[in-house]
Amino acid sequence: MADRILELDGINVFYGAIHALRDVSLHVNAGEVVSLIGANGAGKTTTLATICGLLRARTGGVHYAGEEVSRVPTHRLVERGLVMAPEGRGIFPNLTVEENLKIGAYARKDKPAVAADLAQAYDIFPRLAERKRQKGGTLSGGEQQMLSIARALMSAPKLLLLDEPSLGLAPLIVQTIFETIDRVNEQGVTILLVEQNANIALKHSHRAYVIESGSIEIQGASAELRNDPRVKAAYLGEA
Amino acid sequence: MHRTLALLVVGVSLAFGVDWFLGEFIEEYVVRIINLCGIAIILAVSLNVINGLCGQFSLGHAGFMAIGAYVSAYFTTTLRVLNTETGETIVRAPLFDGAWGFVPALLVGGAAAAAAGLIVGVPTLRLKGDYLAIATLGFGEIVIILLTNFDSVGAARGLPGLPNYASSFWILTFAWICVVGSVFLQRSTFGRALIAIRENELAAEVMGIRVARLKVMAFIYGAFFAGIAGGLLGHLLRTISPSTFGFMKSIEVVVMLVLGGLGSLTGAIVGAIVLTVLPEALRDVEQQAKLPGIRMVVYALVLILMMIFRPQGIFGQRELSLKLLRRVLPARLRGGDSETKP
Repeated sequence: MADRILELDGINVFYGAIHALRDVSLHVNAGEVVSLIGANGAGKTTTLATICGLLRARTGGVHYAGEEVSRVPTHRLVERGLVMAPEGRGIFPNLTVEENLKIGAYARKDKPAVAADLAQAYDIFPRLAERKRQKGGTLSGGEQQMLSIARALMSAPKLLLLDEPSLGLAPLIVQTIFETIDRVNEQGVTILLVEQNANIALKHSHRAYVIESGSIEIQGASAELRNDPRVKAAYLGEA
Repeated sequence: MHRTLALLVVGVSLAFGVDWFLGEFIEEYVVRIINLCGIAIILAVSLNVINGLCGQFSLGHAGFMAIGAYVSAYFTTTLRVLNTETGETIVRAPLFDGAWGFVPALLVGGAAAAAAGLIVGVPTLRLKGDYLAIATLGFGEIVIILLTNFDSVGAARGLPGLPNYASSFWILTFAWICVVGSVFLQRSTFGRALIAIRENELAAEVMGIRVARLKVMAFIYGAFFAGIAGGLLGHLLRTISPSTFGFMKSIEVVVMLVLGGLGSLTGAIVGAIVLTVLPEALRDVEQQAKLPGIRMVVYALVLILMMIFRPQGIFGQRELSLKLLRRVLPARLRGGDSETKP
């Protein structure tokens, strides 16, 4: 239990009358990359939004670093190292790359360490260093995704939530993004990854959950799930 | 802190110098236009923080102006009663005595407007786009309707006989404070966070920005200066009535911003000046052409053409700075090859 950085305990989330998440339980161990895969509208983004306090679960608990956090506001969670890189990249198009990154460190009080992290972010993403004076909106899709991840890293996360990092990107770029995700994980950041692209998500995660119509249907080690006939048929496009 | 103080001293001395110069050498009509420009700058620059930086479309600026104007007028008129026997003024609150009492009166007016900003902002700022615009418009109308129906503030007749306190000196001083304050704000972490909210509210939220609170703070800031501008305008016109602060006034300020370039501070200033001077300048055209009323047609035409050919406004989101000048001016004017890349 002690190394479980995140645990969802049977959460139910509603949008008005619509039951969006049904008894969703999952956990993430410190140091892991866990992926949550599923089709459009299955409840992946809703799950992330509930974890980071943008939505409230009607029943069930969200535990982060051993504490019940389902009533804790988002900005407090960011201060404690639970950070999300939102879907559709969600960068600030009219701010420069560097300003985007500085906003990432908005919630932090340890300003000297921020400068070091900025240097490190440029180290991980050399493309961003080349473009730091450029406006975020002028970057290519892949670069914007990198900026989104780099910006989230500026908050010094312990647990990073990534919402559809492959969305709308060319396969080669997706490959680069996921290699970066591996590197970020190697530096000690735990990652919960939400993806429609099951193939690549399963290759780059330790464990995985499959969500369908708001409830977790399959779970297990990613390597095993890649051979699971149900996953193969529904998500990997194999017979 | 030293820098802030130095800037304040510079501003006050500038205002003092300009005030003396205007009084000595410039005809009254032009001085009046300059004063109106100063007030327009306060309005546009403060609304730019709400609409431009933070991206919250407010149409309630005139409502905040009205509150500032009426509250400050209360302190400069109602609290002062003429003793008919001796001919002396009885001042009920010594702080608000004389021309210097104008500043505390203005500040109280600004504070009242800011308080209204807080009260309006908390429930309405969860609304987005058009919905927020309509809600703030509704607020402005409520203020006007209340003022029109309370006899104690003169109802539809308004309040006459405000003292002649809004000199060029005070108008320019407050315009300076508002502009310099907004420059600081724009460059601060707070200002960047406001822009982040405008650009992507969800992303701002998950970066730990307290979106709701910051929006309300931007609203309060804007409302405060709108209140100051209202107080200045009241004491410049010497008479205030609810119709002075109708929703067309709010629209006028929004048009200044859009014309200058929404989100650009220098754009707001230029927009304010252009839209104040243009109708006056067109008076001459009207007389020459012997077509009374044509100036408002030209005025509207200028706006329409502007929106067709330059919808982002004069400045877009850019600021007028030395850097921009260097880029825009032809190379030979800049000294050619010596220019290094930024």
